[in-house]
Amino acid sequence: MGNVLIFAEHAHGELPKATAIAVGAGKEAAQKLGGDTILAVLNNTIGGLAERAAKLGATKVVTVENPALEHNMADVTAAALGEVAKAVDAGLIVFAATTLGKEIAPRLAAALEAATASDVTGINDDGTFVRPMYAGSAFATVELKGDRKIISVRTTAFEPAAEDGSSPIEALSVDIPMPGNPAEFVSQAETKSDRPVLTEANRVVAGGRGLKNAENFTTVLEPLVDALGAAMGASRAAVDAGYVPNDLQVGQTGKVVAPALYIAVGISGAIQHLAGMKDSKVIVAINKDAEAPIFSVADYGLVADLFEAVPEMTGKIA
Amino acid sequence: MKILVAIKRVPDAETTIKVNPEGTGIVNAGVKWVVNPFCEIAIEEALKIKETKGDVEVVLVTVGRSESQEQLRTGLAMGADRAILVTAENLDTTGVSRVLAKIVEKESPDVVFLGKQAIDDDSNEVGQMLAQRLGWAQACYISEFNMADDAKSAQVVREIDGGMRTDKVMLPAIITADLRLNEPRYASLPGIMKARKKPLEEIDGASLGVDLEPKIIIKSMAPPPARAAGRLVESVDELINALKNEAKVL
Repeated sequence: MGNVLIFAEHAHGELPKATAIAVGAGKEAAQKLGGDTILAVLNNTIGGLAERAAKLGATKVVTVENPALEHNMADVTAAALGEVAKAVDAGLIVFAATTLGKEIAPRLAAALEAATASDVTGINDDGTFVRPMYAGSAFATVELKGDRKIISVRTTAFEPAAEDGSSPIEALSVDIPMPGNPAEFVSQAETKSDRPVLTEANRVVAGGRGLKNAENFTTVLEPLVDALGAAMGASRAAVDAGYVPNDLQVGQTGKVVAPALYIAVGISGAIQHLAGMKDSKVIVAINKDAEAPIFSVADYGLVADLFEAVPEMTGKIA
Repeated sequence: MKILVAIKRVPDAETTIKVNPEGTGIVNAGVKWVVNPFCEIAIEEALKIKETKGDVEVVLVTVGRSESQEQLRTGLAMGADRAILVTAENLDTTGVSRVLAKIVEKESPDVVFLGKQAIDDDSNEVGQMLAQRLGWAQACYISEFNMADDAKSAQVVREIDGGMRTDKVMLPAIITADLRLNEPRYASLPGIMKARKKPLEEIDGASLGVDLEPKIIIKSMAPPPARAAGRLVESVDELINALKNEAKVL
């Protein structure tokens, strides 16, 4: 097969951990399947991004600088990546399975008529891949047909590449085949928080419907979140009920996390939620319903009224 | 105006999915089949536009086995006007996107709504692939859809990692629905009665002249690795002690 091309997701001139993880997965793929690893940085201005990318130790960093690449538009980025893929003889293209990665990867797959698999959790020596289906109730081993393949990798399933490398950097000049009616960026509202990023946090405290309302997330759950220096998460039920924003959702259709410590508070533990946190190292469940399915995955379960147990725990930790 | 909504038949989210003993797929017995939840949200959004704009035809399409008629009837009962069933089996997302591109060419809708992800294969791919095949803009994971008065463009709010962003797309475009876009309605009894008489066209997938050969082959399937059993603690003190001294995470 050809080389392994890795998409370098970036924001505010920085590379998130997801990019280091995509490089980690790309290196594993190259080791097993052959080829060089080529990390592609695309933006309207590359600036220091290339040097940061070079630290991740891919065989080579390639950059594409073009005003149309501002704002990570999926259509233009996919169009540009298609040209990069041809220029560097990419046999496998790797994305982190973030919202951005999942917007671009399938579009690129259709453009290149490449086979694709999303949310890959394993790369096998025989070139097959492993991916979860049915909210993680099944893990499929899949074969991707053809000479060019595209995967997005689940960020909890691979180790990030160390930042001790120094790849050579090459600026590519690429004619981007512009889409007819490209989507336009209007504005962005980022969730402001001093807490760790949910998908990168070492500790996560997540709340469910048991919290009963938005105010209790603030007054009961957040003090524990902050006492632990944790990120806050939530079940889909809590998001559905409007207690917290959707970007805190952990589960099948939200974020997938695997922190060292995950504390589920007032979460019953539907399979859709477990799909997003089951790989956490230590899971704690606090729920007053002893029959709640969350206890089946918990290392430590406390059957208790969360409105008493959580403040008590906060007080004893702080 | 015409709105096309592509939907999928999937196992109900409440159904316990088990891998079959041969490791070739899931156990289908006892599975209740429903409209994929994100597709329901897509249908609802189309119906809301119909209600506010008037003179809008909402057309449903699905690609799958003939049983998928049930899900199309559900959508018709919610209020869609007519439905298209493209019969084909064992398609992957590539095949589905090729079929849908053909249907879009045939129907020339002003906008196409899909769910962001089907909860069976969890691929999250078809909308993006379809957009590329048509050369259209895509707006994925939307929680707000605002069509301009002249219906030539739409402003969308999209759920992205770490927040939300607003994009503008010229129509026609591909829109994929996220959870918070709306609260899908239930089909009313009169709606269900009416749905029986609404047109449902069946098209043989093989007749469309597109390559339906899957590019992704499932070689085997396995249940998830089991977690070692944990234990119950009696008190907050015992919990903190265990986290400090046993698990060593505090």
